[in-house]
Amino acid sequence: MVPLLLLSVALVLICLQFGTQWIGLGQVLDIVRTVVREGSVESEQIGTTGVILMQVRLPRLLLGLLVGACLASVGVVLQALLRNPLADPYVLGVSSGAALGVALAILLGIGSTFLALSVLPLCGFFGGLLSLVVVYRMAVSYGRLPIHSLLLAGVILNSIFSALIMFITSIMEPNRSAGTMTWLMGTLTAPSYPALAILACYLLGGLFLLLQQARRLNVLTLGEESARSLGIETEQVKRRVYLLSALITGAVVSVSGMIGFVGMVIPHAVRLMLGADHRLLLPASALAGGMYLMIADTAARTLLSPAEVPVGIITALAGGPFFIYLLMWKKDRFA
Amino acid sequence: MSLSPAHTQSMLDQAGPGASASRKAYEVQTLRFRYQPPSRGEANWVLDGLTFNVQAGEILGIVGPNGSGKTSLLKLLAKVLRPHDGGMALFGRDLGLMPQVEVARTVAFVPQESPQVFSFTVMETVLMGRYPHHRRATWSAGFGWESAEDLSIADQVMQYTDLTHLAGRSVMDLSGGERQRCMIARALAQAPQVLLLDEPTAFLDLQHQMEICAIVRRLKDERGLTVVLVSHDLNLASQYCDRILMLKAGALFRLGTPHDVMDADVLKAVYGCDVLIDRHPDSGVPRVTLPQYRAAKNVGGRL
Repeated sequence: MVPLLLLSVALVLICLQFGTQWIGLGQVLDIVRTVVREGSVESEQIGTTGVILMQVRLPRLLLGLLVGACLASVGVVLQALLRNPLADPYVLGVSSGAALGVALAILLGIGSTFLALSVLPLCGFFGGLLSLVVVYRMAVSYGRLPIHSLLLAGVILNSIFSALIMFITSIMEPNRSAGTMTWLMGTLTAPSYPALAILACYLLGGLFLLLQQARRLNVLTLGEESARSLGIETEQVKRRVYLLSALITGAVVSVSGMIGFVGMVIPHAVRLMLGADHRLLLPASALAGGMYLMIADTAARTLLSPAEVPVGIITALAGGPFFIYLLMWKKDRFA
Repeated sequence: MSLSPAHTQSMLDQAGPGASASRKAYEVQTLRFRYQPPSRGEANWVLDGLTFNVQAGEILGIVGPNGSGKTSLLKLLAKVLRPHDGGMALFGRDLGLMPQVEVARTVAFVPQESPQVFSFTVMETVLMGRYPHHRRATWSAGFGWESAEDLSIADQVMQYTDLTHLAGRSVMDLSGGERQRCMIARALAQAPQVLLLDEPTAFLDLQHQMEICAIVRRLKDERGLTVVLVSHDLNLASQYCDRILMLKAGALFRLGTPHDVMDADVLKAVYGCDVLIDRHPDSGVPRVTLPQYRAAKNVGGRL
């Protein structure tokens, strides 16, 4: 865990150099030193380069770290509950529910500033929660949650919500709908520090609560009946983990749109290296997911510089073929 | 639940053979169970009005045709399923009122199949059996690591089931026999007094069947464990079980020693076919074989 932590700090420093304008490592460290000494990120102290670095690149990198960590963690826990290494935060339809909530708010003009601290994340939470409740209602039978009907309910809800989102964007004013489409494709934009701090508290709290279920998740991979015979109140654990996943996904989607496949690629890779024990897998995947999204977003910023590619496109292009590979050559292991 | 080292040592032989003679592991009273509510005039009972006891320290075999409710009965004993009505007592305590985790400290259940999609090692899987003994008082309970005591118990049961050399291997790479031993080791790590096995020898070749049977027999003889196992294999049940419970369509048809139950008339009534019964040349227990096929007259028409 410590090497991963050091690696992610190093990666932040490396990624900070990239952008429309190349800023060397020496200059980066100088500016960081100034900021630490002065305790300010205003242009009087650190100049234009400093502002680019500290108010644009750094918060965006940190947001990427946070979003990637959340997506990977939610991927891990959903895979454990569904006992399927192909599960992703998007399978349950919670993310499209959150996206629908946010898109609706944009249409109605509730969120005046785009992706800043506004009511948009809140709409994301409610959208995510709504779809969770609907999925749960659709899938539950005799007080239990059979995994197949849960998956199916997620798939159906996903397509309905996608259709609604497309309808909403089609009736928006053209300039707004373009922005919404970009966001939907998955984009990271530099947040203000207070907004970032609030988001971080909320998300890290959620991740901490998920981590508390780690040992139970291990046992749940034996199957629900085995888990119950080992003394786990399976329905309670499942409900708790699904709820946390929905809340985390809702918040993440509201700030960064639909970034896919991080929750599938990262847990798989980390499992290969560190094994399947969730007490290790969960925090390691969080860090690895954060780093992965930082790299992807740095690529998104620089590949077609000064234009930007939505980072969701990068993760989909990297993760999609991997999904196909797993499905074609590894399916005998989990199908 | 805190356990002293001395206690640890004796965990697996709590119900010593001597003390166990009169104790009852389970008392089951008019047990009824169904998966679905009644429909179209059918009551849909999977198990209907079962009453029997399981003696502490015995091996009880549950046999019967497909769909006679064997596995459901085993899951009810493990409290994995909840009965519709009727009472079940586990060592004198009402099973319905016991918290799941307390049941798990007394009863270990090995399902017929335990497919694993993630590459947990054998050691990690066996350690999952220590979950019910985990202290829950602290905030870190969910991701608490196993104690030294947990590790030593895991080592002990892996030796017992001959898995030590496979400790670091992924369960996904094990053969059928090794996987079954791993699941039994996981169950033994719970330090149970009762072991519930669903078709423990299904899909295993002769040598692996023999290994599993030997482990089960040793657990009973050396540690006084109560074992309830479901099996399709009448001869295996007859050879290794002290008593056999024969189910027919969710009802208890016959309960007794292999000599009582493995009777041509009983089997004819339950399975609906004629069988030959002779004696096992080694142990003298009844042995069931199908008769030579003879083309029946006027049955089944022509192909």
